[in-house]
Amino acid sequence: MSLRSKRVLWAWSFLAVPIVFYVMIRFYPTLQAFRISFTDWDLLKPPTYIWFDNYVRLFADPAFWKVLRNTFAYLVIGTPVSLVLAFAIAWYLDRVRLMHGFIRALYFLPFLTTAAAMAWVWRWFYQPVPIGVINDALALLGIPQQPFLRSTTQALPAVTVTAIWAGLGFQIIIFLAGLRAIPQTYYEAARIDGLGEWAILRKITLPLLKPTTIFLVVFSSIGFLRIFDQVYNMTTNDPGGPLGSTKPLVLMIYQTAFSSYDMGYATAQTVVLFLILLVISLAQLWLLRAR
Amino acid sequence: MRKSLFAGLIAGFSLLSFNAAQAVEIEYWQYVFDARVKAMDQLIANFQQANPDITVKQTTFPYADYQTRIVAAKTAGQGPDVMQLFYGWLDKFADGGLLQPLSPTAFPHDKIEADFFPIVTAMKRGDDYYGLPTAVRSLALFYNKKLFTEAGLDPSKPPQTLDEFVAAAEKTTKRDGSGNITSAGTTMDMAGQDHQWWREVLVRQFGGEPYTDNDRKVAYNSEAGAAALKWYTDLQLDKKVGQSGFMDEGQAAFKAGLAAMTIDGTFRLGAFRAIEGFEWGVTELPANKDGVRSNYASYFANGIASGVEGEKLAAAEKFLAYISSPEAMEIWLKTVGELPARRAAALTDANLADPVYAPFLKGLAYAHTTLFLDESGQRQITIDMANRVLLEGQSPADSLAAAAAAEQALIDAAAK
Repeated sequence: MSLRSKRVLWAWSFLAVPIVFYVMIRFYPTLQAFRISFTDWDLLKPPTYIWFDNYVRLFADPAFWKVLRNTFAYLVIGTPVSLVLAFAIAWYLDRVRLMHGFIRALYFLPFLTTAAAMAWVWRWFYQPVPIGVINDALALLGIPQQPFLRSTTQALPAVTVTAIWAGLGFQIIIFLAGLRAIPQTYYEAARIDGLGEWAILRKITLPLLKPTTIFLVVFSSIGFLRIFDQVYNMTTNDPGGPLGSTKPLVLMIYQTAFSSYDMGYATAQTVVLFLILLVISLAQLWLLRAR
Repeated sequence: MRKSLFAGLIAGFSLLSFNAAQAVEIEYWQYVFDARVKAMDQLIANFQQANPDITVKQTTFPYADYQTRIVAAKTAGQGPDVMQLFYGWLDKFADGGLLQPLSPTAFPHDKIEADFFPIVTAMKRGDDYYGLPTAVRSLALFYNKKLFTEAGLDPSKPPQTLDEFVAAAEKTTKRDGSGNITSAGTTMDMAGQDHQWWREVLVRQFGGEPYTDNDRKVAYNSEAGAAALKWYTDLQLDKKVGQSGFMDEGQAAFKAGLAAMTIDGTFRLGAFRAIEGFEWGVTELPANKDGVRSNYASYFANGIASGVEGEKLAAAEKFLAYISSPEAMEIWLKTVGELPARRAAALTDANLADPVYAPFLKGLAYAHTTLFLDESGQRQITIDMANRVLLEGQSPADSLAAAAAAEQALIDAAAK
């Protein structure tokens, strides 16, 4: 055996471990999920094939469409707001020299915190008077208290704020790394040519930051489409409530599977979620591709 | 030579089986709740002392995961031998083949029906019992004596009727300058026990009936049901003596001393007792104008898993008999605060004279037990019914009709 083929063999034998592992714990269950979605499996009785019945039932279920609307509301509010915020903070933070590391750590801290613990803290923030911090402040200013989580219109944005806050630190760090990767010479050349800050931002920073932005758009979109922890922990008494106004698709899947034990129906929902994630990720990559 | 070898073999085998009999281990599952786990540890210790040949291993899971664990364990063939289950899960568990019927020789039906409170029949399907409770729980009105005194009410005379209840709530509610409630007259928490109170108590007190046909037909969509829902939601919308979501949960508001009254069950006693300097009292759920009272009683029962047989079954039966014995109920009452499921153990002079247990025991006499098919699903429908009125301004009658239709559909689908 030549040295080259020996090396290749070595490389493959090391790679084989994660590949086998992934095939077993990722791809095999994924394929199984497709199969189970065609059955009426309820964990207790042996499954029988009912083919597309689960999908027909799903598309005829008004609760599913409501949940889908909620899921996209998280995406449509969450992704743009969090990216603009993260970029703005990273942009200014990049210029701050005083306590730069400390401020960056402060922003990153929420990302290290358990989602459940954070959701509970925010849940208490949103309480009515006398214990809710936000409503206490509003009452102090003479503004009527807001129902937040107890409102069918305010609850979803309120939960989104928590999710944005939780992911902000990560996005800031990635944007900062992206900003640092842009060679200073470009900026110097632009300044010598007399370009203003706004033009520099538009003509140099944003275009050169595109790979970072694409990564964050896809990453955060997937995150918002799969939102669960924040919703579940902030509404445990009435999961996804009030009146289903905060319920995302993942929570519906969880309830179908683990309170109703309707595994076939739940996997059908999972397959739909998978396809949505796939289509949206591909579409975003295509729209933001390098031209 | 051959013969002696044979004899030796037989002796060896019998010794083996004797050893096996010595070492029966059965597994008991329940959900995590501090007082219940402690009480069960004590019961297991007592049981093992009396039956040195049996070991009982207790395994617990968080309540949110508990049912899933049992169902998943059955699929994996790794389940418990004896398990605790809510009476409302019985249909699901029995249909799914998780439980086996109790043998009528070990647990004679006439004995069960003579000794236990009648609500034990909720564990019966067809001719078989599928489990027996250690303790039962009923509802009562808890009130904060300090807040009563501050509001000029006599803390030794808690409200006895719905009108007195509203009057007391109005007197004890505190508001800030903008009218926000800072201390509620009563808690409003459909996700807590209020949905049981509405279903089995208020609907009946307003002249209706929640269900008919063994709880398979929703019957509350009537004038009485609408009146009951209006009365309940008016506590927030009209009287403004409570607010759904105030302090996040009703029990939290009451525990913090920021609600004068709350409706809750026996299982809350431990938590309320643990707070030092907290002076609260208990009274029966308020009656209506005509003196009609009602209550909701429920329980966790213990059943034997299907597939348990031979020595393990014998051990499981012995264990089940012990944990539903009067002695076990006494221990459970002391540790957990839940009422004994046997009449003789519950209705003792001491218990009936006890200011805390007496209202719950009285309630047990006229209590109803909803035969849920999907407890969490049916609860969710009641939560949503109240929310449509409280948050979206729907009329009680319309919201009630929608809830009745949704619940009937859920029951029909589950009963299929």
